[in-house]
Amino acid sequence: MVSGPDGSNSDTHEPPGEMIAVSLWRGQGSSGGLVRYDVPVRDNQTILDIVTHIQRNIDSTLSYRFACRVGMCGSCAMTVNGVPRWTCRTHAGQFTKNGRLTVEPLRNMPIIKDLVADMAPFFDKWQKAEGRFQGKDSRTDDVEPVRPDSPERKTADAGIECINCAICYAACDVVAWNPDYLGPAALNRAWTLMNDIRDTAGGERLRAVSAGDGCHNCHSHQSCMTFCPNDLNPTAAIAGLKRMAVRAVLKGEL
Amino acid sequence: MLDARLFLLQRATAIVMAPLVLIHLAVIIFAVRGGFDAAEILSRTRGSWVWGGFYSLFVIAASVHAAIGLRTIGFETFGGSRRTLDVVTIAVAAVLALLGLRAVFAVVAS
Repeated sequence: MVSGPDGSNSDTHEPPGEMIAVSLWRGQGSSGGLVRYDVPVRDNQTILDIVTHIQRNIDSTLSYRFACRVGMCGSCAMTVNGVPRWTCRTHAGQFTKNGRLTVEPLRNMPIIKDLVADMAPFFDKWQKAEGRFQGKDSRTDDVEPVRPDSPERKTADAGIECINCAICYAACDVVAWNPDYLGPAALNRAWTLMNDIRDTAGGERLRAVSAGDGCHNCHSHQSCMTFCPNDLNPTAAIAGLKRMAVRAVLKGEL
Repeated sequence: MLDARLFLLQRATAIVMAPLVLIHLAVIIFAVRGGFDAAEILSRTRGSWVWGGFYSLFVIAASVHAAIGLRTIGFETFGGSRRTLDVVTIAVAAVLALLGLRAVFAVVAS
């Protein structure tokens, strides 16, 4: 949707003058606060459309992050009316309460500026959880057959569609209480790899995810599952890691 | 601040406590039929190594279980280093075990 400098748009079928009062978090680092902007209502308007409208038509210094706009890249997650959402796939009409909307950066991560959270700690934990595939074959070897209907592959497939949006991480109370906790996304990634029969780093990964800040700290609140935009269930993945680690301890392998 | 071993220890102590709690509740229901008093309780427990062992096992399991639970609550509320948490966890378990075993000793061996 292309808007004119005054916010007008020839596509709109809404009565002229209908506005949403949007409170956006503005600031540098941890210092800042909510600033109100009035944005015209549009048909099929997403939260990302609203933020983009403000940046292009009202205040060009507003910082926010997006890329694909179709729910593929995981870049545009923000806190909308207190809950983490992917803003490109969230219609404003579903979330606007009494003509009001609040948009803030994701929690549990440092704020860089305005709506942009620093995702470095989030991705560092993917590395800490050994969230990297490590295979044994080289390009000269034959491709290893993986049966799609095998239990391991089905389990891995259940968690493989993560888009790294950090919504689960922002929703997790355990991360809020313990900033070193690996978090649902990294642990979900580790669980998919633990069920990948081609992977060879299971031992190191299980040690990494069952250490002091690992999977056993999860309280199974299931906020990650509730807010995951792709309907994944990181709580189930974490429960799988807990069982796997406990079995390894009992066998003396951990 | 809960690794796989502490997690397993807390679950294992819960498994130990579950049947002991059920037996404890069943004995309460059985014992209070027609009223009961301290003398009746002591007549059953004094010199009984079965009840002594039963409640000693419960006290030890509860001490370990509660100390690990309080470790988690304490860390998530106040923070703290792993070393501090280890010291506090062991101290809480020791105090609970001491108080509990003292009570068991009082009704079994005194």
